[in-house]
Amino acid sequence: MIESDSFVQALQDIGFDFFTGVPDSILGGIIATLVERRLYTPAVREDEAVAMAAGAYMAGKVPTVLMQNSGLGTSLNTLISLNLIYRQPCLLLISWRGFQGQDAPEHLVMGQSMTQLLDAVRIPHRTFTEQSAVDDFKWTAQTFMKMHVPVALLLKKGVVKGIQP
Amino acid sequence: MRPEEGTIQSRSRAIEAVMSLITDQLVIICNGFPSREAFHLADRPQNFYMIGSMGVAPAIGLGVALSKPEKKVIVLDGDGNVLMGMGTLATVGALRPKNFVHVVFDNEVYGSTGNQPTFSRVVRLDQVAKAAGYVNVERVHEREDLVYEFKDMLAKEGPSMLLVKVTDQADDVGRVLLEPPDITQRFKKAIE
Repeated sequence: MIESDSFVQALQDIGFDFFTGVPDSILGGIIATLVERRLYTPAVREDEAVAMAAGAYMAGKVPTVLMQNSGLGTSLNTLISLNLIYRQPCLLLISWRGFQGQDAPEHLVMGQSMTQLLDAVRIPHRTFTEQSAVDDFKWTAQTFMKMHVPVALLLKKGVVKGIQP
Repeated sequence: MRPEEGTIQSRSRAIEAVMSLITDQLVIICNGFPSREAFHLADRPQNFYMIGSMGVAPAIGLGVALSKPEKKVIVLDGDGNVLMGMGTLATVGALRPKNFVHVVFDNEVYGSTGNQPTFSRVVRLDQVAKAAGYVNVERVHEREDLVYEFKDMLAKEGPSMLLVKVTDQADDVGRVLLEPPDITQRFKKAIE
């Protein structure tokens, strides 16, 4: 399991310097680290968070938005009618609730269809793992720079240490 | 439905008054007629026109304001937009960016889709902003008051909300004649 400190450091090392989002338990450790480093701006909804990221990008920042995959549903319209068409890139760090049907009922449909949803709206995505971490971060930075659109890293439970591991 | 008593100003007149007081401030304008009218009245590189994503203009403004605390950020918004993204009033109230001025043109209708009534007639958005923690909040009807209060808010530390009651008249102007990626790049350069 990766320490949230190393994970955040790796994101900072490739340039990310503005972090916002809405919490999820899988992301709890990362958010705690971001708060500790005074890098995190809380949002109340995920569509608000991706719009804040758009503003931050235009003001010279390199933004990351953290969200549970349910927030992908909430933010989808803003992602496609703002960030995507205006070419305002950000990293979407999305926790994969409902992976392989192992979760509470409200997560199951999104857990099953999230990657298809991302494909349908052409948001590039990749599942983050400890083994492929270096490549995953490299892919993130390259895709962000090359395509100028939101790119998604999907995070399953137990890959980065949470608050209560 | 008749507008609130004392409302005589059209939104485009009000936008014109606001834009005439702007110097180097960054302006984010919500989707629908406000963006179209602002584009035709006073286009400038420091304007960001939102064409979709209804409800998130203040969130975009917040992202800019937090990243550039030394620049004043003005958001031109509408009542339907504020109602859709009302949670952001809480975010602004909690984060308290001093350089954030939120101007809401309240015509009590969804003007871009056929003037269906909004709830702003019964829910006072200025009071919601006040309760959420905006530092300065004013509600104005007349042009003189609009000019006075907006000038004051430009000089003061915020966050501030100026709610401007306007008629439901819309100017017969076309769409924003810029491609979205160009709006982004132009605005980004203007901030640098």
